[in-house]
Amino acid sequence: MSKQRIVVVGNGMVGHKFIDDLVQRDENEQFEVITFSEEPRLAYDRVQLSKYFSGATAQELALTDENYYQDHGVSYVLNEKVTAIDSTERQVITASGRVESYDKLVLATGSYPFVPPIPGNDQPHCHVYRTIEDLEAIETSGQQSEVGVVVGGGLLGLEAANALQSIGLKTHVVEFAPRLMAVQLDNGGGKLLERKITELGVEVHTEKATSEIVAGETCRYRMNFADGSYLETDMIVFSAGIRPQDELARQGGLELGERGGIVIDDSCQTSAADIYAIGECALWQGRIFGLVAPGYQMAKVVASQLCDEQESGSQRVFTGADMSTKLKLLGVDVASIGDAHGNTPGAQSYTFNDEIEQVYKRLIVSQDGQKILGAVLVGEVDAYSNLLQMKLNDMPLPENPAVLLLPTVGEDGVGNAMGVDALPDSAQICSCFDVTKADIKQAVAAGCTDMANLKGSTKASTGCGGCSALAKQVLDAELASLGFEVNNHLCEHFAYSRQELADIVRVKQIKSFDRLLDDYGQGLGCDVCKPTVGSILASFWNDYVLEEQHIGLQDTNDIFLGNMQKDGTYSVVPRVAGGEITPDKLIVLGEVAKAFNLYTKITGGQRVDLFGAQLHELPVIWQQLIDAGFETGHAYGKSVRTVKSCVGSTWCRYGVKDSVGFAIDLEDRYKGLRAPHKLKFAVSGCTRECAEAQSKDIGVIATENGWNLYVCGNGGMRPRHADLFAADLDDKTLIAYIDRILMFYIRTADRLQRTSVWLENLEGGLKYLQKVVIEDKLGIANELESEMAHNLSQYQCEWKTTLASPEKLKRFQHFVNSSEPDGKLSYVTERGQRRPRFKSERIEIVDVTE
Amino acid sequence: MEQWQTICKQSDLVKNTGVCALIDKEQVAVFYCGRSQSVYALSNYDPIGEANVISRGIIGCVDGEVVVASPLYKQHFSLTTGECLEDPEYSLKTYPVRVAQGEIQLQI
Repeated sequence: MSKQRIVVVGNGMVGHKFIDDLVQRDENEQFEVITFSEEPRLAYDRVQLSKYFSGATAQELALTDENYYQDHGVSYVLNEKVTAIDSTERQVITASGRVESYDKLVLATGSYPFVPPIPGNDQPHCHVYRTIEDLEAIETSGQQSEVGVVVGGGLLGLEAANALQSIGLKTHVVEFAPRLMAVQLDNGGGKLLERKITELGVEVHTEKATSEIVAGETCRYRMNFADGSYLETDMIVFSAGIRPQDELARQGGLELGERGGIVIDDSCQTSAADIYAIGECALWQGRIFGLVAPGYQMAKVVASQLCDEQESGSQRVFTGADMSTKLKLLGVDVASIGDAHGNTPGAQSYTFNDEIEQVYKRLIVSQDGQKILGAVLVGEVDAYSNLLQMKLNDMPLPENPAVLLLPTVGEDGVGNAMGVDALPDSAQICSCFDVTKADIKQAVAAGCTDMANLKGSTKASTGCGGCSALAKQVLDAELASLGFEVNNHLCEHFAYSRQELADIVRVKQIKSFDRLLDDYGQGLGCDVCKPTVGSILASFWNDYVLEEQHIGLQDTNDIFLGNMQKDGTYSVVPRVAGGEITPDKLIVLGEVAKAFNLYTKITGGQRVDLFGAQLHELPVIWQQLIDAGFETGHAYGKSVRTVKSCVGSTWCRYGVKDSVGFAIDLEDRYKGLRAPHKLKFAVSGCTRECAEAQSKDIGVIATENGWNLYVCGNGGMRPRHADLFAADLDDKTLIAYIDRILMFYIRTADRLQRTSVWLENLEGGLKYLQKVVIEDKLGIANELESEMAHNLSQYQCEWKTTLASPEKLKRFQHFVNSSEPDGKLSYVTERGQRRPRFKSERIEIVDVTE
Repeated sequence: MEQWQTICKQSDLVKNTGVCALIDKEQVAVFYCGRSQSVYALSNYDPIGEANVISRGIIGCVDGEVVVASPLYKQHFSLTTGECLEDPEYSLKTYPVRVAQGEIQLQI
């Protein structure tokens, strides 16, 4: 059977989502997909566009990449606009004259920004805000400007204002309506938002209609308003709404709405056979959906239709979408649900207005007071998920609905007042990936027991992340209802979690495993609890790990201060802080490697790994290294490993700061710190990010104004980009934050939990971590810093200490009663170095000798 | 009956860790459990990881069975029977061991 040819016009968020859905379902490889984009790059996250100005690169905003498309057999053509549809011949024609035939055509052409027809709106330094290219143009203008105006005080307009402010412009917002975000907010909410962003330095001008843009006196331009007033500015960004991009459909003779938009039915089919339209270009029942979630739903509808899946009816038809939204604008939390204006006949409302804390909440309920119709939240939006669920699922209001608006008490607040148990299975928990409560229950039934796992199996909370608290509640409730005792006991010897044991050790000042086992455990301990407790003791007290009461707790790597390899020999990794090494030291490494015939390889952390050292050789090797000025690299410990760096401003033409120097300082500060798992750092000297800091537990990137701190990134099996934790920090603040973050991680993480998984499982996620570390919400910042200070003050080079102790050195021989080495070791030479002989190679040799 | 052979002094053993002894070309791992004041001896060869490393494992107990975890891939071997808890197909040879006059002695 020949493949069906699917042509997708537009590779924005929705176009990509459709392709992704289709190839994921296309088990029989029945489709051949080709997509066209008039932009120079594949789909990226337009919702997060403003992050471009807080340091995110185009690559980070990308939703996919060439490899993914290639792996799934998706062809793509960039920089190529489709200009015509021939629905009779079933072909599309591009601007360059390329003709592609289709079996099914999917239009995902999106929208374009509406620019009001104001005389003078086409001059230089007048921009729109939609693509990465627009942002690049805004950035360039910004460098030649001091004042910027955004025309339009809606959602996108405020995003644009944020962008202008973040590139250092004096920023104004000009809005035609009497308030900001007129569509989503009522008067009270709009006014509070205006007050808040005015305090943040953005000037807001409402009820202004621009009549012309002329040359200015103090700035490049002057905007004259209809009421006779004016405003001077150097640049203008128009963000006055969007219009569906329906030009291609118009040319192809498809039915359009009166005010534009490609008319679709419930199956997302257009008026022409085999042509679908999805996303912001589509008009369903007279409505355009300018949010990404409804577009994703349409994408899913079309994908499941093409796959002809026998799924439940709701997935195969588009039934409209909720336009509720929650977002952060210029740092202000804003949310709007359903009928925010109370336009429903008979609607009544509850209002909570805290002018001191600047929180405004309004709940609109039905005439009979039974159901939620809508809500407006400004300044604090914790109630959003619960209110939205109540509305979407038509749930009855509690006896006194006002409690839903009252300030939350404690962490749980409203969430538990209502209880996620009340949600029906069909309740959508994650709107980005359409994950329902039933999906989460199913994941739990399939063995999922934590958030990290849930994210992996359902993708819930991996989009905007807004649902993470709710998803966690549903997960926990489901685990509890299955009678799952969420047993976080470390092992059979301790009925405590690692976090609880860490608290006990810290608070009770316990200094040995034996004491902990006597007081809080049972049995002999095991290879789970011993190294865990060994690590906790080392994190808080940092005694020499080979002291008699600690040595039995350590994995062999820590006992012999090297990494055991497959044949029982060890590797040697001296510290090379920041990856900076003198030629003389490099020669020493070479000489030692040569003398002991050690296989030599450069590590990912910018140091040198010498493999194949036997026990009796280790002290001799290390003596030579220490004599040459090296110290242990702790490559064997669950501890701080390396601080990778790029060469930075000392040599690099682009370097902004001395990344090597700072990396060395950081590595010297934190070296030897033992933690629940290994810790990797990196420092980049500019935003080009050559040190790959955003894949590290702690990543630091130089900016013009200081350092940006990224946290909880990870390479490895499940890579995770680090999150921007705080921007433009000075050295001292940065180090204080790192101290607190690491110590909080040490206190609260699970056994062998990397920072990435820890953060994903931390209730409240990044925001909570920021509250703890930056705002000191728990009042423990000083404690964390002093615990770190104590640990660091106890640092020692474990090899130096060991070499000074004849007693400890006795362990460094293979036999207790003979000085012979292990006779079983056997090597072959490959690429000029030795490596262990493989089993297959051994058998051959045995055969020959016999 | 084989002779008891001395491999080292009791003071050469460190509580809760192992050492490896060479006797008649056999490598024997010897462990000293501080809590139970017991000494155990079994083959030093890990048949799963295929290397002489058992003496460098962590000892403890699993469901009441005193065990050592191989440092390579962490399978548990009973210190009394030598049997591998994860895969009973594998078993380590065990040796009689005793403490006499402050010396650790093995029968082989």
